[in-house]
Amino acid sequence: MVARRMVWMPPTLFGLVLLVFAISHIVPSDPARVMAGENAPPEQVEALRHQYGLDLPLPRQFVRYVGDVATGNMGTSLFTQRPVAEDLWARLPATFELALGAITLAVAIGVPLGVVAALSRNSLLDHVVRIVTISGLAMAAFWLAILLQLLFSMWLGLTPVQGRSDGWGPDPITGFYTIDAMLRGDWETLGESLRHLALPVATLALPAMATIVRFTRAGVLNVMSSNFVFYQAAMGIPRRRVVWKYILRSALIGTLTQIGLIFGTLIANAVVVEAVFDWPGLGSFAVHSILQSDYNAIMGFTLFVGTVFIVVNLTVDIAQAVLDPRGQ
Amino acid sequence: MNTLRRLIRDRSALLGLIIIAALVLAAVFAYPLATFPHDVTNYDPPRRLLPPDSVYWFGTDRMGGDIYSRLLFGARLTILIAVVATSVSVLIGVPVGLVAGYYTNRVSDLLMRISDIFLAVPQIVLAIAIAQTLGPAIQNVILALSITYWPFWARLVYAETRSVKNEVFIEAAIALGASPLRVMVLHVLPSIASSVIVRTTIGMGGTILVAAALGFLGLGPPPPTPEWGRMIAESREFLPQAWWYATAPGVAILLVVMGFNLLGDGLRDVLDPRLRRDVSAR
Repeated sequence: MVARRMVWMPPTLFGLVLLVFAISHIVPSDPARVMAGENAPPEQVEALRHQYGLDLPLPRQFVRYVGDVATGNMGTSLFTQRPVAEDLWARLPATFELALGAITLAVAIGVPLGVVAALSRNSLLDHVVRIVTISGLAMAAFWLAILLQLLFSMWLGLTPVQGRSDGWGPDPITGFYTIDAMLRGDWETLGESLRHLALPVATLALPAMATIVRFTRAGVLNVMSSNFVFYQAAMGIPRRRVVWKYILRSALIGTLTQIGLIFGTLIANAVVVEAVFDWPGLGSFAVHSILQSDYNAIMGFTLFVGTVFIVVNLTVDIAQAVLDPRGQ
Repeated sequence: MNTLRRLIRDRSALLGLIIIAALVLAAVFAYPLATFPHDVTNYDPPRRLLPPDSVYWFGTDRMGGDIYSRLLFGARLTILIAVVATSVSVLIGVPVGLVAGYYTNRVSDLLMRISDIFLAVPQIVLAIAIAQTLGPAIQNVILALSITYWPFWARLVYAETRSVKNEVFIEAAIALGASPLRVMVLHVLPSIASSVIVRTTIGMGGTILVAAALGFLGLGPPPPTPEWGRMIAESREFLPQAWWYATAPGVAILLVVMGFNLLGDGLRDVLDPRLRRDVSAR
């Protein structure tokens, strides 16, 4: 099954490039003109168009692009004038730092909350958790971001409004500001990065946490009503041991399978949330390039995220097959 | 009727129904309900950015428009986008899923691979790209959402069709000489309808969220259309003073999406016993 999925990966990515190429070229906007500026002479626009191959017929532009990508060249961004691969690579750590922070926070709070809610079903706590998760899934991420900015940055003055650091950030080692600051022993910078991270991470973590709580709670309830737990209770095994050893293990497999879904929501929300917090990551890169019709950058981003998506889902499938052989 | 009665007995599903009914009423009666019905197109700059009081219930915006009135007219837009975009997605996705699930051949493989391509990037990215290409207009938002959302229904219907296909009643229908089209439409479709209805209800909420995000990024219908996402985006310039500006549209989006989610969960419990939210404890 996994091998079959691997075989389909290149055609899927090819189709993705074709799709995005088609979308971004439906309307003949003229990036060369935008690049050259309002008052540029026609010769200069023509030269730019030729330089970037924009004067070729569409099928030839597409073939040329696919050929370039196959050799690891994603083209040059029409606006930053740097290779797209380099731009994506430079912005990856910022988004990764956000996403990892959000996933960690969501799991650290969501799993215990889901378990406790299930164990004390229909208690006051269960109802409160339910209200929080239902709101978390229904809230527009950009609105939550603005609310947090208003409350914590503007009114309380606890966190910065925007950006990833006040200055240039620590000298890069890994590109993760928090890790780099720790590696250099620069605790002041570490605190500063954490303050900048707090709000975007919280914004992204809430919907992810809501999903985790829902699945953990349902999973625990499902296992609790299964025959083997009934049997263990009847055998007089202490409840605490049943919970820790058996219920949690089986229930968490169900939560794990949702990581793919959660990751998808997280990246989707990051696109908008990064725009609100002016966070220099992949999401704001995508929004900027789309708004500027920067073809190469859009296709590079889509290809990159598509690859990551497919790999994450594949990994989750493999992990699930290993942990729970019943599915095969 | 039995379904409806059981739905109403479920308190959270009832809450969802009430919220959606309120949304529909707000949209239909936007004009008589609005305190300043002309504020959708007419502005009154002298009374801009007033905090909520007994006259301007939710305050006024940067052009002096009454936020409460604009919110009501925004409900029309929200319903229009959600209903049309979701219907188009269902109309594309369900047939694709049925055909791909019913047959086992190259065509069905190809159809599912095509839907995989659409599912390989976050929906919002594709929707932003399409909306940007086509330009800011309400029909383009609807088109962008439809193109990005149909694969969800294709996937669902495909999986459900596969699991129903080998049931005895389908074999019986085929043995009696029913054509493939007849089997798909009259035998497979009714038995998978409940999960499609549940997914569609919850999908409405998702569509509203993405539509609002498009509006927020400036890709929705152009001003002065009272689009909720755009209203939130406009408020950013005037923070922290105009705290009320984003509050009303934000709460509106929250409530409406929550309404569809609650109703969807309730419908799932009533229509689809296999997927009950709470497995009853022993």
